[in-house]
Amino acid sequence: MKRYSVFAIAKQAMNYHLGWERAWAAPEPKKHYDVIVVGAGGHGLATAYYLGKNHGIKNVAIIEKGWLGGGNTGRNTTIIRSNYLQDPSSAIYDKALQLYENLSQDLNYNVMFSPRGLLMLAQTHHEVRGYLRTVHANMLQGVQTEYISPAKVKELVPIINNDGPRYPILGALYQPRGGTGRHDAVAWGYARACSAMGMDIIQQTEVTAVRSEGGVVKGVETSKGFIGCNKLGVVVAGHSGQLAEMAGFRLPIEAVALQALVSEPIKPCMDVVVMANTVHGYMSQSDKGEMVIGGGTDGFNNFTQRGSFHHIEETLRALVETFPMISRLKMLRQWGGIVDMTGDRSPIISKTPLGNCFFNCGWGTGGFKAIPGSGWAMAELMAKGEPGPLAEEFSMWRFKEGKFIDESVAAGVAH
Amino acid sequence: MLILECPYCGVKAEETELSPGYEAHLKRYGPGSTPEEFEAYMFARKNPKGVHFERWRHAYGCGKWFLAARCTATLEVFGTYPAQSSAPPADLQAKIKAKRPNWEGYK
Ligand SMILES: Cc1cc2nc3c(=O)[nH]c(=O)nc-3n(C[C@H](O)[C@H](O)[C@H](O)COP(=O)(O)OP(=O)(O)OC[C@H]3O[C@@H](n4cnc5c(N)ncnc54)[C@H](O)[C@@H]3O)c2cc1C
Ligand SMILES: [Zn+2]
Repeated sequence: MKRYSVFAIAKQAMNYHLGWERAWAAPEPKKHYDVIVVGAGGHGLATAYYLGKNHGIKNVAIIEKGWLGGGNTGRNTTIIRSNYLQDPSSAIYDKALQLYENLSQDLNYNVMFSPRGLLMLAQTHHEVRGYLRTVHANMLQGVQTEYISPAKVKELVPIINNDGPRYPILGALYQPRGGTGRHDAVAWGYARACSAMGMDIIQQTEVTAVRSEGGVVKGVETSKGFIGCNKLGVVVAGHSGQLAEMAGFRLPIEAVALQALVSEPIKPCMDVVVMANTVHGYMSQSDKGEMVIGGGTDGFNNFTQRGSFHHIEETLRALVETFPMISRLKMLRQWGGIVDMTGDRSPIISKTPLGNCFFNCGWGTGGFKAIPGSGWAMAELMAKGEPGPLAEEFSMWRFKEGKFIDESVAAGVAH
Repeated sequence: MLILECPYCGVKAEETELSPGYEAHLKRYGPGSTPEEFEAYMFARKNPKGVHFERWRHAYGCGKWFLAARCTATLEVFGTYPAQSSAPPADLQAKIKAKRPNWEGYK
């Protein structure tokens, strides 16, 4: 892999930019790998990357039924933050945030991480109390957040309307280190680094069955035939239930559609991320100038990558009251992704009833921000066969044991 | 847009008039049940990509709960039936089987 640098750009400029090599290879699958990761979303690719980087395991294939980064990783609204409530959550989300802070350098790929600051608006007294509790929890966890006044909110977000009448702004939970990143670049950067380590990213290949012998995984059947492995990592978000069924068990996960939309591009008007959980909407401005808007999840199981129409109206109605200047913006595109919801709104990074088969899923509506930390924890679990400190609380058996990691408030609607 | 016909009042209601209630025909476990039974009932719900049976409530209509058979992969609705049924009606199952020959049947 040739490194990207200012010198590389200068050199290519002399040559009409004809000398850039492909960012990753497109190999045919081998018969057998040490590790197969199913799903080339951010979490699957990060798992493979840290398997190679932290544990020296490089005979790895990542099998993807579509194109890499084409699942939720390429469909999310790119919010990154670590202001969760429970200790195991802040540990893994803050690990991810710390890795994001240096990810462009680490991968030699610009993931456009932008720690522009993030506000979660308190628009009811219930939310005020909830966020004060989160700030206190974050303080104990060593995650820097603060509770700010409506005047400070207005200072940070001049386009906001504080007065309501329906949704007055009573304050906000502020994480200055939070922000956004370029979602595609995160997938592409990890993919390029994996390919450079000699790993095979096999796209357009669907896993259709899991083969096991004596309770231990042996490999996967795919649309390109059987591929053997010693260890299997399944990281397929919305399709986790289907893969679990192939592996012979049921996961406490349901798949629903979550949608988002973007406006036409406008001049810079808001340089922080604003989330409004009461009204199920949140917004940031992309580098291209589009307002990126997240909407609601459907309340029923759904595998079509589009959400119910009425959510768009509900989200925009509320956002127009909070940001009156967007009332005349045209919306350019709307889309959905299939998110994998668990009962306590926390992920699963776990061993499974099938030997040498590991699952990483349940990130639901908010896993983009977690990609580096999740890959780190999953790689450790797969390399050692036992979870490390980041993953150990996220076992799939916690639902039976009643050891929930309740993030239904912190996860809220969104991210 | 999802449209379901309420089997009680006959209204063809679109989804803003309805409240979803997730998996139908659940066995509800009570005191004295095992952790496995509670886990299965409360968390390990069915999540098929295909034919699914669900509870819905005609929230902004007659207010009653009813059941629906739907395909989660295409949003096609096969039919609705009263909540007092302990399994999907035979004629509805036959209709689904005709449309989805690979469907393994109601389990
Ligand atoms: C609209 C929307 C907005 C969001 N906003 C945010 C946000 O602002 N911040 C945030 O932190 N999170 C957000 N999220 C959540 C975030 O996108 C996800 O949690 C995260 O991207 C999940 O990544 P993943 O790698 O686990 O899954 P994915 O990126 O979905 O990757 C899974 C891959 O597995 C593949 N696959 C599935 N089945 C098979 C098979 N049988 N064989 C081979 N491959 C298979 C899929 O094709 C897919 O590419 C949002 C999600 C959506 C939908
Ligand atoms: Zn009715």
